[in-house]
Amino acid sequence: MFSFLLKRISVVIPTFLGVTLLTFSLIRMIPGDPVELMAGERGVDPVRHAELLAQMGLDKPLLVQYWHYLTGIFQGDLGTSIVTREPVIREFFTLFPATLELSLCAIIIAVSIGLPAGIIAAVKRGKATDYTVMGLSLTGYSMPIFWWGLLLILLFSVGLGWTPVSGRISATFWVDEVTGFMLIDSLLSDEVGAFASAVQHLILPSIVLATIPLAVIARMTRSAMLEVLREDYIQVARAKGLAMWLVVCVHALRNALIPVITVIGLQVGVLMAGAILTETIFSWPGVGKWMLDSIYRRDYPSVQGGILLISCMVILVNLTVDIFYGVVNPRIRHNR
Amino acid sequence: MQKNLLRFLPVLLLLLFVGQVQAKTLVYCSEGSPEGFNPSLYTAGTTFDASSKTIFEGLTHFVRGTTELEPGMAESWTVSDDGKTYTFKLRKGVKFHSSKSFKPTRDMNADDVIFTFERQWKKDNPYHTVSGGNYEYFNGMSMPDLLKEIVKVDDYTVKFILNRPEAPMLANLAMDFAVIQSKEYADAMMKAGTPEKVDQWPIGTGPFVFQGYKKDAQIRYTAFKDYWRGKAAIDKLVFSITPDASVRYAKLKAGECQIMPYPNPADVAAMKKDPKINLLEQEGLNVGYLAYNTQVAPFDKVEVRKALNMAMNKQAIIDTVFQGAGKIAKNPIPPTIWSYNEATVDDPYDPVAAKKMLADAGYPNGFSMKIWAMPVQRPYNPNARRMAEVIQADFAKVGVKVEIISYEWGEYLKRSKDVKRDGAVLLGWTGDNGDPDNFLAVLLGCDGVGGSNRAQWCYKPFEDLIQKAKVVSDPAERTKLYEEAQIVFKSQAPWATIAHSVVFMPLAKNVENFKIDPFGGHIFYGVDLK
Amino acid sequence: MAENLEIAVDDDFSPPGPFREFWNYFSANRGALLGFSLIVLVLLAALFANFLTPHSPFEQYRQHILTPPAWQEGGLWRFPLGTDEVGRDILTRLIYGGRLSLFIGMMVVSLSLVLGTLIGLISGYAKGMTDTLIMRAMDIVMALPSLLLALAIVTILGPGLINASIAIAVTYLPHYVRITRASVIAETSKDYVIASKVSGAGVMRLIFITILPNCMAPLIVQASLGFSNAILDAAALGFIGLGAQPPSPEWGSMLANALEFIQRAWWVVTFPGLMILLTVLAFNLMGDGLRDALDPKMKL
Repeated sequence: MFSFLLKRISVVIPTFLGVTLLTFSLIRMIPGDPVELMAGERGVDPVRHAELLAQMGLDKPLLVQYWHYLTGIFQGDLGTSIVTREPVIREFFTLFPATLELSLCAIIIAVSIGLPAGIIAAVKRGKATDYTVMGLSLTGYSMPIFWWGLLLILLFSVGLGWTPVSGRISATFWVDEVTGFMLIDSLLSDEVGAFASAVQHLILPSIVLATIPLAVIARMTRSAMLEVLREDYIQVARAKGLAMWLVVCVHALRNALIPVITVIGLQVGVLMAGAILTETIFSWPGVGKWMLDSIYRRDYPSVQGGILLISCMVILVNLTVDIFYGVVNPRIRHNR
Repeated sequence: MQKNLLRFLPVLLLLLFVGQVQAKTLVYCSEGSPEGFNPSLYTAGTTFDASSKTIFEGLTHFVRGTTELEPGMAESWTVSDDGKTYTFKLRKGVKFHSSKSFKPTRDMNADDVIFTFERQWKKDNPYHTVSGGNYEYFNGMSMPDLLKEIVKVDDYTVKFILNRPEAPMLANLAMDFAVIQSKEYADAMMKAGTPEKVDQWPIGTGPFVFQGYKKDAQIRYTAFKDYWRGKAAIDKLVFSITPDASVRYAKLKAGECQIMPYPNPADVAAMKKDPKINLLEQEGLNVGYLAYNTQVAPFDKVEVRKALNMAMNKQAIIDTVFQGAGKIAKNPIPPTIWSYNEATVDDPYDPVAAKKMLADAGYPNGFSMKIWAMPVQRPYNPNARRMAEVIQADFAKVGVKVEIISYEWGEYLKRSKDVKRDGAVLLGWTGDNGDPDNFLAVLLGCDGVGGSNRAQWCYKPFEDLIQKAKVVSDPAERTKLYEEAQIVFKSQAPWATIAHSVVFMPLAKNVENFKIDPFGGHIFYGVDLK
Repeated sequence: MAENLEIAVDDDFSPPGPFREFWNYFSANRGALLGFSLIVLVLLAALFANFLTPHSPFEQYRQHILTPPAWQEGGLWRFPLGTDEVGRDILTRLIYGGRLSLFIGMMVVSLSLVLGTLIGLISGYAKGMTDTLIMRAMDIVMALPSLLLALAIVTILGPGLINASIAIAVTYLPHYVRITRASVIAETSKDYVIASKVSGAGVMRLIFITILPNCMAPLIVQASLGFSNAILDAAALGFIGLGAQPPSPEWGSMLANALEFIQRAWWVVTFPGLMILLTVLAFNLMGDGLRDALDPKMKL
């Protein structure tokens, strides 16, 4: 068990280092002179240009720059944003709760709808219900989510006026930040209607973000359930006269859940990518929108730091899922 | 019995809250997030809207809605005869804001003024490197070259001694980077070990007090009760950050905000017709131009430059590129700047005459040239690529073949400065301090050749005029000099002046007394809600 | 009297060839057939675009900016699905956009398939240090969310359709590498490969003639799914403004300014997205059908 853990963790470290190298080189390869960019039409004289370049640490050889970057990471310093002059890590974690809130809601929606849908489809295999569920999930899987978001805005915000168009909460409310989660903070605040406003603002973006994970979870659950339902012990249980739903929930689900949970874990990467698009459409002040803005503004340290942090999160989640899978499934533990 | 009362409690509470909400709140749908809250560190208008224009004030101040100066933190000033010494008498009784971690114990005085400038100027000032230590505008306006010394004469008198006379100095001091910071606050934060707090939780002497910033979402201010001009008419000010223009429009229509900047040009027509929206408009403090390289043939000939100017259909550019949100430019400075010469005559659109002029200059069959088009959107040019294509079509009619080239923005700026640059470059300029010198000297002065003077133009008659206007302090005399300079410019045509953008400002009908700031800022002091 | 009782005997007892077998399974899946026919439709439309519509996708009809679709008030049958903000016919742009989408799909899939397979073959066959290095590199690429990595690469290369395709292809590499490598490892331990090796077959022959054909099935399935994902990712990049540049009629970039018109011109927002959905759906249906037809486990 221990050696399994150790093995898995030891794989992560070179991957992490590789990611730092990748993000560092990617950003350095972006064309354009950041000093000129900052100066704009006014321009800088060559002396000041060199001064600013040195200030940003961009005048040293690449290897030295990489070394500084790496040592900085281990001290928690991911550089300073060119635009706001704030530490990148602080910018990221100020905005992260918004993305986290959105992603959690999305996952909750995806699991609470996708899981039962997949189970039902598996149990009713071949019938109309199965085809409907699979058809819908395939559609969700094929949906360009930025268009889906626009469509929902068109229908519900512009057309029916049920939901607001952007933001996390109406501008008339000022909610003190305690946890960073608008739902919790609005409940804690003493403003009337703040919570309702927060919920209203959260509905559409979470649905949009949840669409692809929902579809994937539904499909995965269905195929995992189908595999399990074919097993002998299930047939025995049925032969013994147990009701179908009992068989499904008590016996089959537990075993089908394992691959499903790994799939849920792997959706984190999808969620991060989806967050970029969703946050842009709904002006949701989270990390995804910040990444896109930073790319537009050529804010290299922010882009670098953001990619690194997001990748770390993905790596950590994958590691956790891997370990969980190993814990739960002894065959994986003891394999090569 | 008790149950009944309990049932009415929410209603009673609601009534209480309704009663509370008599405070006037103005919501402004801003177009982006501020870079930070210390204006001396940044350059974006969005940042200035959120900091210098609300929380702070400088020694001198632009009269709202104009480019004229009035006293601000300085009550009065005198300029020495040689134009090198400015003595400011500071206003007494000006109070600073307070916050949860700071309560001022004294009024604004000379120490604050000196700290504000020394922080940006002296490398040994303990605050110089805080928050990145990059003071763009302080350096960009050449303050380190200009300032010889700042002297505290007494608690309410400060002397600025310059190395050379510079008439625009007073205008410079009204700019956003020069607003007065609190030395007391800076000292307190340094002592507490948190100097960055000065830049993150700003304390100033302006009309609004900072109450908090939710990153990329909202900024909140309350009116400063002790503001020296009198408390603002509105009690609460909220910036609701909404990057998308159509969403801003939707919010304006829904009443979620009362003022919004930068509407989509396509929405302007609908806004004009909407009875619930009051649409203001004004030319921006900018100019978009095509700069010829006057040091490279055939553009070293005035006739060639003038001919090309006459071949350009500027109205078509306003229609297709600006979609109506622009006005044809005839002078290198916009009409909102004092000394704008109404009497100059723009080159008429006359392709036939242009072709003849080219033939007379020795190019009967035209020639080939390059036009540089910017890859990014700028206030003075929403779509340079499209503009270049229109000009390409126009020039083709007089026999001039145009190749359009572009570079990544940073590269573009760098390469276009080259004295040997091949081709005419599309660029522009947004004014910093409302002074004509800020346009004419920076963009067309001999010092700018190889730098911001993209026409690489150095012409003695013009240079003499603007250099003289730099040192003379009498505004009437300066006006005459600049008017003459514009006539010289027109006759020499180093540029094709193309357009000034038009700023549209949609307001809700109940907003009173809002004035468009010629500098492109958004000022909320003086605004009232019916 | 014995009559000659001729019983018609079907002599052909040979099993159906691989393609026949595949087609039997594939056509039984109605969804797959639907997907396949949709794709053929899009392909034909893309190929014969010039004949299907009188307009050019770039021509701007200044008098007819933002006309609604023909069945709405103010619409014209000349522009069946309406026009966009500079007066270009939307239906024409959708049809020509099909060309771009198919091109993107092909380019991305061929790049990532060829490169990924090669790398996977090398990795699986070489084993040892090479294998570990390559797999670590693939882990790194997979650690970054694909859209983010594609964004970063396009920012370096500059916006444009070709650069977007390259960026997306890079993010798909790990999938092909893994599949190929897994197949190679599985196959190399099998007897027939060992037999070939012992008989003196060279490395090249082993890899390309012996092993590769047995990896084809999962690769084909992955490729068809890759097609649909490529179209989606390219549309996302186009939407952000870093993919196909205007005035290119790529479906995603047609939506780039869509938020502006969501109140006034719903057709500018709806139709390009619908095309993306239908095309991607078609490829996914076909991919599913392919998988079911090619997966031996399902052949019970």
